[in-house]
Amino acid sequence: MSPLLVFTAVLTLGGLCLFFGVTISLALKKLYVWEDPRIDGVAALLPNANCGACGFAGCRAFAEAAVHGHVAPAGCTVMSDDMRADVADYLGVHAGSTDKRVARLLCAGGTDVARRKADYVGIESCAAAVAVGGGGKGCAWGCLGFGDCAVSCDFDALHMNANGLPVVDIDKCIACGDCVDACPLDLFTIMPLTHKLIVQCKNLLEGEAATEVCTVACNACGRCVQDAQPGLIQIRRGLAVIDYEKIALAEIGAIGRCPTGAIVWLEGAQFEASEERAAVAV
Amino acid sequence: MHPPELKQLTATQKIRRMPFPSEVVLPLRQHAGKPARLLASRGDHVERGDLLAAADGFMSVPIHASASGRIAELGWWPHPDGSMAEAVRITVDRFSAQLPRPRMVPHWEGLSKEQVVNAVQQAGIVGLGGAAFPAHVKLLPPKDAKIELLLLNGAECEPYLTTDHRLMAEQPERVIYGARIMMHALGVTRCVIGIERNKPDAIEAIRGALPSDADITVQPLTVKYPQGAEKMLIKALTGREVPSGKLPLNVGVIVQNVGTVATIGEVFETGLPLVERVVTITGPGVRKPSNLLMPIGTRLRDALDACGGLTADVSEIIFGGPMMGGAVSDLDTPIIKGITGVVALTPDVARTEPTLPCIRCGRCLDSCPVFLNPSQLGLLAQAGRYEEMEALHLADCMLCGSCSYVCPSNIPLSQMFALGKAGLRKQKVKAAAEAAAAVLKVGAA
Repeated sequence: MSPLLVFTAVLTLGGLCLFFGVTISLALKKLYVWEDPRIDGVAALLPNANCGACGFAGCRAFAEAAVHGHVAPAGCTVMSDDMRADVADYLGVHAGSTDKRVARLLCAGGTDVARRKADYVGIESCAAAVAVGGGGKGCAWGCLGFGDCAVSCDFDALHMNANGLPVVDIDKCIACGDCVDACPLDLFTIMPLTHKLIVQCKNLLEGEAATEVCTVACNACGRCVQDAQPGLIQIRRGLAVIDYEKIALAEIGAIGRCPTGAIVWLEGAQFEASEERAAVAV
Repeated sequence: MHPPELKQLTATQKIRRMPFPSEVVLPLRQHAGKPARLLASRGDHVERGDLLAAADGFMSVPIHASASGRIAELGWWPHPDGSMAEAVRITVDRFSAQLPRPRMVPHWEGLSKEQVVNAVQQAGIVGLGGAAFPAHVKLLPPKDAKIELLLLNGAECEPYLTTDHRLMAEQPERVIYGARIMMHALGVTRCVIGIERNKPDAIEAIRGALPSDADITVQPLTVKYPQGAEKMLIKALTGREVPSGKLPLNVGVIVQNVGTVATIGEVFETGLPLVERVVTITGPGVRKPSNLLMPIGTRLRDALDACGGLTADVSEIIFGGPMMGGAVSDLDTPIIKGITGVVALTPDVARTEPTLPCIRCGRCLDSCPVFLNPSQLGLLAQAGRYEEMEALHLADCMLCGSCSYVCPSNIPLSQMFALGKAGLRKQKVKAAAEAAAAVLKVGAA
């Protein structure tokens, strides 16, 4: 190999490197976009779970919105109060406050109270079971109990109880809505923890037809409608429906005469009483 | 693929009219498309063939009373798909002669295309081969489609079922008559009837009834599964391949099940809408397997009673055939328009074996009639990666069940694909809703 060849090669490649290096550094200057350095700062303080519970596309999008003042640090439901305070301090704003929201299951038909009409054998998933004869549960609207929701939960906030119902850990639940999407029967709903009056049933049958398939089903008798403040509850298509616009009117008295226990007053998590019952039975 | 045919239980049984049950239940959703719009009200007296619910748009068909009686209830009732659906329950008159009201029967030769299509829709006719696709929609292809050939599907490749077989063997004239009407409506001059070779008596009967003045022929088909799938049938009868994502009309063909065609023939013979159909009630769990002509909406319980009832050890009942049918969870479920058969299985047949890991033997690839890779799709389904399944042509999968059938590891592949399809549908609905919400937001801002 002649020295000239080596020399030419080094010169050519070196020249190319120099040319592109200069071009890139010039382009960087010319095309520079200023970004608020606080965005990176806030993003570093966020949990970076990218769960989407805040309504933004991810943690970075939330950080951008927070820096621009579109959302208060409390808009992130995953952070603890301390973490929120850190973000608020960093930005020099108030942390703000949000109503704690959690996922609620609109079915209380565990294996202890709901009738089964057939056994499903196949892929252990609600979405698969519901396509095979409805999964065999007596109530076609009720929870099938294979736990697609528990699998979908990234925050370890959902666990199946002894009666095959998912129980939401209200401390861990950050209302991201993954379980709402996972449930093929649309049984989950996200609501503020302060909404204590809920109807834990979606069965559209009325009267004995409803209670025949599940003893805690809403049989549309209408007693809660009479016992609550006017307009708060309505019977619509075989189901008591609460108007949450008027939730301030809710009182515990509305559930007093419910013959099945479909309407409940929640002070904390769901199904605590039924779990105690199961424990006693064991 | 050659699953055991198991048709001998009912293949030689003549179609028998079942006594009218004490009650019929007619869900408003018995067809693909929009459910029918309810017209009847509780307490009404109806005669056989009276309109209960009207078609709601073009992609819908009406529902007719399948027996005379009184409407006892309008409410929720178990549906063959496993959900609860709105249905009309009729208490049947015990002493009624079940004669329909006198009606005018139009001469089809004198009717225009649109009038025939309209008559077929008003008669509530859907595809009786299982999918329950409204029959009139296929009769009115888009203007730019050039249809030159009508194919009648008499393959009946599902094990156990003999509905179409008996119909062709016993009422070949009606099939031919319906075929003539369809050819008239479609403006085609050629019709081919495809029948699997395992039904020599049906082939014989149809051949005997072929007219001399119309170009209708019979083509015996190799016995294999899924020969009766629309695209497979077209390939076997014409050599044409329907491209992925396209319809038979893109290759100039319309396919209709022979049962549907016979019903169209019946409508123009008697004027009676679709109120009854032939259903094969069979399987090792039925005491007296039969081919029953029964009113639409007969509860499963009554249909089984008419066949001597179930044996004590039945563990599973399927609507449709064992390959593609769905398990039933309630004996009160009515038999609706799209149900071809009822198969009652005993534990020795309906056994479940543990699912084992995929050993990459590739049998599912060999068995897939549309040349997909079920093994790969199965792995993606397990991981919930539905978009990637779509890229691997999940839409071409017709859930025939061949891959599940041949899998030595008992992997429920076709069920996983059904899950994947459902998951994709859900994602699309959600994406559309979010897009609509975003548009609203922009509008509000």
